[in-house]
Amino acid sequence: MATQQTATAARLLVAPSVILLFLWMVVPLAMTLYFSTLYFNLLDADNMRFIGLQNYKDFLSDPDFIGALVNTLIIVVWVLVISVGGGILVALLMDQPIFGQNIVRLFVIAPFFVMPTVSALVWKNMLMNPVSGLFAWISNSLGLPVVDWFTNWPMTAVVIIVSWQWLPFASLILLTALQSLDEEQKEAAQLDGAGAFSYFFYIVVPHISRAVTVVILIETIFLLNVFAEIRVTTNGGPSTTNLPFRIFELATNANDVGGAAAGGVVAVVLANIVAIFLMRMIGKNLEA
Amino acid sequence: MARKVSTTRRASITALAWAVGLLIFFPILWTVLTGFKTEGDAYAIPPKFLFFSWTLENYTEVQQRSDYLAHALNSILLSVGSNIVGLIIAVPAAWAMAFSPTKRTKDLLMWMLSTKMMPSAGVFMAIYFLFQEFHLLDNRTGVGFVLMMSNLPILVWMLYTYFKEIPVDILEAARMDGATLFEEIVYVLTPMAIPGIASTMLLSIILSWNEAFWTLNLTTFNAAPLTYLIAQFSSPEGTFWAKLSAASTLAIAPILILGWFSQKQLVRGLTFGAVK
Repeated sequence: MATQQTATAARLLVAPSVILLFLWMVVPLAMTLYFSTLYFNLLDADNMRFIGLQNYKDFLSDPDFIGALVNTLIIVVWVLVISVGGGILVALLMDQPIFGQNIVRLFVIAPFFVMPTVSALVWKNMLMNPVSGLFAWISNSLGLPVVDWFTNWPMTAVVIIVSWQWLPFASLILLTALQSLDEEQKEAAQLDGAGAFSYFFYIVVPHISRAVTVVILIETIFLLNVFAEIRVTTNGGPSTTNLPFRIFELATNANDVGGAAAGGVVAVVLANIVAIFLMRMIGKNLEA
Repeated sequence: MARKVSTTRRASITALAWAVGLLIFFPILWTVLTGFKTEGDAYAIPPKFLFFSWTLENYTEVQQRSDYLAHALNSILLSVGSNIVGLIIAVPAAWAMAFSPTKRTKDLLMWMLSTKMMPSAGVFMAIYFLFQEFHLLDNRTGVGFVLMMSNLPILVWMLYTYFKEIPVDILEAARMDGATLFEEIVYVLTPMAIPGIASTMLLSIILSWNEAFWTLNLTTFNAAPLTYLIAQFSSPEGTFWAKLSAASTLAIAPILILGWFSQKQLVRGLTFGAVK
């Protein structure tokens, strides 16, 4: 099939996507790199000038940056632990012979389709509000102290909300992986008298480890970018500002375009480190 | 499910699974219920679960006060429009890569995917200035373009994995039977490609509908979709729970239903074919 003619035609068909994506990647990145070397404050735009790596020095030595980096990592790590850990449990449960499995599956997957602004505000107000929220009522009814989530535990609250959004994703993908486990292999393990634990560690874990890796990598890409949930709940503050939000603040509140751009480059570098691993995983699968 | 399981065990596992499922689903259920309460009932302690005076006033008020329909229209135009344009660009590319692959096809696919990894906040300033320059801020075409570009890699990828599954032999058989290129495309390829294109579009619409970085930062009024409308409820004085719930229900219902239909494709699309 690969005559000269079809090869040319194929190139023409691929070209629009390639050109657009190339521009989409290169133009903003080049602009960001350029801005990051400038003193560029919107309120002082006349003084715009080249200052080399000063923005990076400022950004990286700013305690707010370290704080934002730590907060970013807290969100990524905790949400991963909760969603993947919980996802494995939910997937194992759902893989059992249960009545109405399809309906339960719909319940479990649902939060993933809820837009971030909705889930953040619903949790913040109707569930976590210390006066009229449902959690406060439950605590009171049980005689436990009421937790004022967004005053005392803002980061915990954000982690809970984001975990709720990503638990379905992990559950669904791990369930799909579990269901592809060979039925005969399950029976063989049972016949050989494998207990629940050895069944889990010798049969299930090796089988789903690939899917777990994929879930971790993809979630990490998205979790590094958490923004809307913070914007509509705490709107920043030292305990929840993550890297994307810090960049947003620098750009909009401080009008410091140069600093925001330097922060942007740092964010791009961080995302790329994760991306390299993810790409390898996906690339391996592509050959098969 | 060939394994023999006792009925008691099955019943108890079923009960546990339903409990977990309902617990995970509860915040959504609670939102839907609260949307039908009066503001007074919404704040009531102890909470009213089902026995409250059901009302539709929140829905009419959400429309009157914050013009729900205009925002919903923007959500529809942005997610559907950006996807139609995206598909027009992506289908030929995925097609060519699936049916006449070259040595570099794999690298090209990987590179396309890598553009998806770029953090939005990282290039926020650049996009903002470009939009300002070209008068695209708060403009549907502008935001739609950004949504299209951020979904284009996923479109090409998903389509590619679907097209790859169309057997080439069938094309050759059609050609042997004397089908012209036109007939080949209309009668053989299209029927086999449509399901894949439909699932791809479904997933991509869901992603665009819920996108909440660019839609929050590049729109203010004219092009503002539902994500933006809901964010308006975040100001402390503007928090009316029943209205927030009604607006939220309206904002998530269509996509929740679409999502439920596309679960299987979701796994494939979101893992770029790595888990099927």
